[in-house]
Amino acid sequence: MSVFEGFRFRRVFSPIHELDPRVKFFYVCVVFVIAVMFTQLLPLILLFLIQLPFVLMAGVQKEWIKSMRGASLLALMIFLFNFLFTYFYREYPSFPPSSSLLEYSLSMTLRFIVLVESFSIFFLTTSPDRLGLALEQSHVPYEFCFAFTTAVRFVPVLAEEAQTIMDAQKARGLELERGNFIKRIKNYIPILIPLIVSAIRRSLELAEAMESRAWGATDKRTNLYVLKIERRDYILALISISMLILAVYIWLFLREQIPSLIPLITA
Amino acid sequence: MIEVKDVFFTYTNNVEALKGVSLKIREGDFVAIMGQNGAGKTTLVKHFNGLLKPTKGSVIVNGVDTREESVAKLSRRVGFVFQNPDSQLFCETVEEEVAFALRNFGFQEKVIKTRVEWAINLLGLTRYRQTSPFMLSGGERKRVALASVLAWDPDVVILDEPTIGQDYQQKEKLRQFIIQLNTQGKTVVIVTHDVEFVAECNPRVVFMVEGKIVGQGAAKQVLTDRKLLARASIVPPQISQIFMGLADFGLPTDVIDVYEAKEILLDFLEAKS
Repeated sequence: MSVFEGFRFRRVFSPIHELDPRVKFFYVCVVFVIAVMFTQLLPLILLFLIQLPFVLMAGVQKEWIKSMRGASLLALMIFLFNFLFTYFYREYPSFPPSSSLLEYSLSMTLRFIVLVESFSIFFLTTSPDRLGLALEQSHVPYEFCFAFTTAVRFVPVLAEEAQTIMDAQKARGLELERGNFIKRIKNYIPILIPLIVSAIRRSLELAEAMESRAWGATDKRTNLYVLKIERRDYILALISISMLILAVYIWLFLREQIPSLIPLITA
Repeated sequence: MIEVKDVFFTYTNNVEALKGVSLKIREGDFVAIMGQNGAGKTTLVKHFNGLLKPTKGSVIVNGVDTREESVAKLSRRVGFVFQNPDSQLFCETVEEEVAFALRNFGFQEKVIKTRVEWAINLLGLTRYRQTSPFMLSGGERKRVALASVLAWDPDVVILDEPTIGQDYQQKEKLRQFIIQLNTQGKTVVIVTHDVEFVAECNPRVVFMVEGKIVGQGAAKQVLTDRKLLARASIVPPQISQIFMGLADFGLPTDVIDVYEAKEILLDFLEAKS
């Protein structure tokens, strides 16, 4: 659950929060692309470090660390799987495993961490309302925007409800961690059914409440707030584009010369 | 039976819900925990069957620290009926629903059959044995939830907000039922802010404000204590309001029971005429 904690928006004001969500999303996409481009450790470490100032500027260190901690178990699994499977697939009889394998697995892990990092910065600093606004101004039909913002808004509500249901079933003697694999999956039926039923009920009620407040009465909606691209947004866009160009350049011409960090690690 | 010793509890979102609560509940007690929304009532009772473990302090149930026992084991003795029946109903029939907990606790099929039968009859659900719980009305669903807990015959029954969404007649039935349970020797704990309901049940009352217990005692004393009521932001029951207003006539002010009130007023009127 703690991974989601890092994606939960809290209302704070900072230069990062004020940025236009569209530009911020573009930045996240750039980070994503760059992270996928490289399999070496050095560029990924740089990518990881570049984003830290954003976290500090937005003042969301606490939540951010929480989400990173939540992701750490997955990161560990990614490392182990990469390491073990690649070892048995490529190098098996030779021992010990080569150092390039270690670097490869480490960078795969770091790639995942960088992705979680950038997405969590995006969600931690972008209110669902602004996100919906951004979608709307990108000419996505309003129904979809509304569905999207509602879905995002209800995630914490549902998480809380799931917790209550789990408590209620535990109080009736349900032990989630008991039995073999199949039994454990079956154990979740008493939790899923009430959760789904209440989600459906809730959505029907929401639909009725919205209709009684004349939702969809006018075709052309206007917004109280309108997103405008400002100077700081241009700056971020510029940073993102130059990062992308630089990364592509390195990837095309200097890929082979990226120094390996293994000597540093083993030293 | 249940002993809460200086318990502090902080949720993961850093909300401190309990700030040093100590409380003793003996066998056969009937306790109502009252307070405003967010006073920590539900948080407190969730400690009684180990759903929550104290951040500081300890909760002892039947001589065992709740931190050393699983929720399932504790629940065998301490039954918890949740506020919203929809957070636990999931089976295809009422019968199955009631049997669910019994299966979890490992009762034998034969015993399960008789227990289910007994619980369904007890709460007047015989007509709905084969009905889906989702087709029932709110009050009926609440009764199914109650039946599914009483079926395993726990020593302690905790009811979280039992009166919410119930009409007056159902409330009256519920009251009689709770009192019957209590006279049969069960320890009953209710969490509620329904002051009229508490006045009619006449249990021991515990007032909570912002994670602390601010007062406790017999309903008759506590629910007529103006200062305490004001501190806990609870409106006194109507009978008590009347008698507080009539204090100038030399009538007692510690009355919460309708029948007692009637007697006193009749005596007073007779003496006057």
